[in-house]
Amino acid sequence: MQIEKKEFKPTIVAFCCNWCSYAGADLAGTNRLNYPADVKIIRVPCSCRVNPMFILRAFQRGADGVILCGCHPGDCHYTTGNYYARRRMTLLFSMLDFLGIERGRTRVEWVSAAEGAKFAQTMNEFVETIISLGENKRLEDLRCKK
Amino acid sequence: MQKIGVFVCWCGSNIAGTVDVHAVAETLKKEPGVVFSTDYQYMCSEAGQNLIKDSIKEYGLTGVVICSCSPRMHENTFRKAAQSVGLNPYMVEVANIREQCSWIHKDMATATEKAVILGRAAIAKVHLNAPLTAGESPVVKRALVIGGGIAGIQTALDIAEAGFEVDIVEKSPTIGGKMAQIDKTFPTLDCAACILTPKMVEAAQQEKIKIYSYSEVDEVKGFVGNFSVKIRRKARYVNEDICTGCGVCTEKCPQKKVPNEFNLGMDNRRAIYIPFAQAVPKVATIDPNYCTMLKTGKCGVCSKVCTAKAIDYTQKDEFVEAQYGAIVVATGFNPISLEKYDEFAYSQSPDVVTSLEYERLMNAAGPTSGTLLRPSDLTHPKTIVFVQCVGSRCDGGDKGKPYCSKVCCMYTAKHAMLTREKYPDTDVYVFYIDVRTPGKNFDEFYRRAVEDYGVHYIKGMVGKVVPQDGKLKVQASDLLSNEQLHIDADMVVLAAAIEPDKTARPLATMLTASMDTNDFFTEAHPKLRPVESPTAGVFLSGMCQGPKDIPETVSQASAAAAKVIGLLAKDKLTCNPCVAHSDEQLCNGCSSCEKVCPYGAITYQDKEFRMPNRTVAVRRVASVNPAVCQGCGACTVACPSGAMDLNGFSNRQIMAEVDAICK
Amino acid sequence: MQEMMKKRALQLLQDGTVERVLAWKTGEFSYDITPAVFESAEEIEKDFVYDAFCAANLSKYLVALSKKEGKTLAFLKPCDSYSFQQLMKEHRVDRDNVYIIGIACDGKADADKIKDSGIKGIKNIADNGDKLVVETIYSESTELDKKDFLAERCLNCKSRKVVIYDEMIGENGEVLDSNRFDMVEKIEAMTSEERFEFWQNELSRCIRCNACRNVCPACTCEKCVFDNDASGIANKAAANSFEENMFHIIRAFHVAGRCTDCGECSRVCPQHIPLHLLNRKFIKDMNEFYGEYQAGEDLETRPPLVNFTMDDVEPSIVNEKGGKE
Repeated sequence: MQIEKKEFKPTIVAFCCNWCSYAGADLAGTNRLNYPADVKIIRVPCSCRVNPMFILRAFQRGADGVILCGCHPGDCHYTTGNYYARRRMTLLFSMLDFLGIERGRTRVEWVSAAEGAKFAQTMNEFVETIISLGENKRLEDLRCKK
Repeated sequence: MQKIGVFVCWCGSNIAGTVDVHAVAETLKKEPGVVFSTDYQYMCSEAGQNLIKDSIKEYGLTGVVICSCSPRMHENTFRKAAQSVGLNPYMVEVANIREQCSWIHKDMATATEKAVILGRAAIAKVHLNAPLTAGESPVVKRALVIGGGIAGIQTALDIAEAGFEVDIVEKSPTIGGKMAQIDKTFPTLDCAACILTPKMVEAAQQEKIKIYSYSEVDEVKGFVGNFSVKIRRKARYVNEDICTGCGVCTEKCPQKKVPNEFNLGMDNRRAIYIPFAQAVPKVATIDPNYCTMLKTGKCGVCSKVCTAKAIDYTQKDEFVEAQYGAIVVATGFNPISLEKYDEFAYSQSPDVVTSLEYERLMNAAGPTSGTLLRPSDLTHPKTIVFVQCVGSRCDGGDKGKPYCSKVCCMYTAKHAMLTREKYPDTDVYVFYIDVRTPGKNFDEFYRRAVEDYGVHYIKGMVGKVVPQDGKLKVQASDLLSNEQLHIDADMVVLAAAIEPDKTARPLATMLTASMDTNDFFTEAHPKLRPVESPTAGVFLSGMCQGPKDIPETVSQASAAAAKVIGLLAKDKLTCNPCVAHSDEQLCNGCSSCEKVCPYGAITYQDKEFRMPNRTVAVRRVASVNPAVCQGCGACTVACPSGAMDLNGFSNRQIMAEVDAICK
Repeated sequence: MQEMMKKRALQLLQDGTVERVLAWKTGEFSYDITPAVFESAEEIEKDFVYDAFCAANLSKYLVALSKKEGKTLAFLKPCDSYSFQQLMKEHRVDRDNVYIIGIACDGKADADKIKDSGIKGIKNIADNGDKLVVETIYSESTELDKKDFLAERCLNCKSRKVVIYDEMIGENGEVLDSNRFDMVEKIEAMTSEERFEFWQNELSRCIRCNACRNVCPACTCEKCVFDNDASGIANKAAANSFEENMFHIIRAFHVAGRCTDCGECSRVCPQHIPLHLLNRKFIKDMNEFYGEYQAGEDLETRPPLVNFTMDDVEPSIVNEKGGKE
């Protein structure tokens, strides 16, 4: 039976570091590995460039999920960037969880330039998670008491 | 308001096949600030670039958005085109609608919609772009080559030949690497030592080359053109400058039971040793793990017999700090450990050997002085089974490697052929999955082994090797005749997969050079920049980048040298202008940014600021050295006040992209 | 206590050691005490106050005062001393220009708690050591046990130790084993839904008066990102509810690793939002993930957010160690 409910098309922002994950995304493309068009990539020089502010901003403007991809720990092009990113994101995600925001909406994944397949797989999984969570309401509603 | 031109590339059908490029151009035309929008078959072609240049002139564009392939591919091309007609190159942004859109989506409507959004994000960003000017940094005209095998030697020789100084750091006591252990080389069968050792000598004699043998790289700082490297010169307990290499000590040393790594442990050396006769530098080294004097303080024989008085038991590791403009990685390979391959009885029988061990058994300077004798009882083997792809081309599991080790087919053919030539009464079997012989004269060589030398090539894998009654019972299957075979062999030779040297991984971390999942260094571009690492100023030579044979290694080594020479020939390098900068009005001087900067690019100074009511306040503020900053952006997030921002990836630019995507 | 402090302040002012004194004076009500700078003996004689209601953290004022000509005498409670030392670590105060008298503290009273106990028409509350004497406009006088009316942050006091001082008045205390993370743990034990409702209930009251930011000793930016049009997130008056959430999360993040948990944010919130819980959540996480760290405790230890180890936990730890689903 066809349900006439409009299909939920999530808005997903993926921050990718220029050296590993953005190249990994390119490789996924070169290998024609499919993942949903809901994912839009923003290129940053390094995962440590991603300010928690950007992630909150994305949610504010209607993103349903935000994922940050960077070089594997130990492989950062700038040596240490992803170590800082890891701490920042751990704390941010923990805080969002503390505020009652669904924890599946944020994710960090380390994807190397050689891991096109991992990139595509990660994105497929992430989109699936976001679709199962549905539209992002909580963060926006946090301040509005019914 | 910027005047933005949008250029949508078809990339032939690569983009246009899935994305309605015309619709994208038309839709983006309506975006604020866009004064011109068009699509074209190949934007990167000369005609495409001219279209961009002409439009910049005609419409007075202040910003350009190219919707095309990945910026990693052609960002520079388009930036240069813009620059050639007077537009600041950093006013160009690329929307990646090929790798991240047309190539991964099949549905045209979906892909077109996404392409529009990606284009919008790029337009939103360009609105906030500012012209950037690149600074310059000087180039230290000296190169460092890490690894002194044939790859490192060739690279160093070529660089030195061009007139630049070059240092080789080699972790073992001599340069030469794996090639020094090889007997003959395929497909010409000329002697490896005969072609390698003259090069080793040449490297030692070349004035521009300095060899740090028995040394390791401890720390790498800096960046392209100006690396600062700390080299650990391990204590060899022998004064390198005095030792004449006469070798008396290596004969008199009473500690005789040290496994000789040059012969892969198949014979012994002394605690003080020179790895092999043609070692460079030809100086003795004391092995601290076995030397009685170093361990107990009682012996001193080598010191007594040394007429040059070169022995120094008190020697300590020394450190050398040197500056380099470029670094070449040539760390090479090793055969994998065969511990996990007990089905071939490698650890049970000394007569099951690896191909490299077989190489030593065939070599005149090897443990058997070149006579082929099986290790267990030193008799001539009559039946020899070669097993190919041991650990290569294994999918899944942690046992083997997924890749083809590339050289095994050819060296196995060589071993089989040489064995049959020297000992025609020997039966030689080769079990293979495929025989891969692409290369000049390679297939001819393999066919000679089969046709002229009567080597039995059998397609199939060996299932089990069982040592029994002085024989090796080999169970195998012949896939072509679909038969089970049982062979009573005297020796089994395993073509062990090769893997990058274990020192490569920590080195990659130090160099911030990326590696693939197999620990091979990755190239800046697999096809177009095969000898460069993505990290500027770091180059790749030889097996550290992937399996290859000697001629390939040498050509890659020379190619890396050419790239290094190209770099060192410059007096100055243009810096990346996408660096951090601090807004002094906002800076609190809290030092958070300095703590996260991996390059030490941030310093503080006390500055006077005009305050209300004609007062002056002195505040501590951060400033960034643009020549040292590499533009990672760690500081921008550490900064609580938002004073620190990154050129080309500013807070507002990234947020504008976020907004455009989430709209 | 007050007399000893006053005497010492006058001495130091008169012998020229200091140019001014940073302390407290009574505000509109006796229990509404505000920070004050005294520049003369007369002012001190007239207004100087120290009692159970001197709750304000004085450290932040020293950012500006320590840049003035001449030394400033500052009376710092244990909480204030942590904040001060943290500001030193961030090069925000000039230690050489401050004369610190550490003052022992056994907790500050919360006037709201006294009001909530049902006493109407409070005119004056006197601090008599362990007792508080409340006088009302109806000429009634009630004696209360101070310990029953301590502020929440004092009940969960982490340390009674003044960590930096030139001299002490009263005996310096010790670092305490506190239960300050109990409430955070309680929230973590809620379901995701309940946590969301808890915070919705709390944060929806925010009127965005900026009091929390303005009082916070970690918020000493020359220009706050929320006031800076160029930051891209400036919003003096929030355009939508979301920006309010951003404000509190970003503020908590900006002070993470720098917040000493002095509790001023919650004390000054006119809407009684327990903002300190956001900071404590960060502190608790950092302690658990990266090892114990107390901002302001010393000048050397690297704050967790500008530090790392190679084997730090991955962000996915939140899936295991975060609050209930």
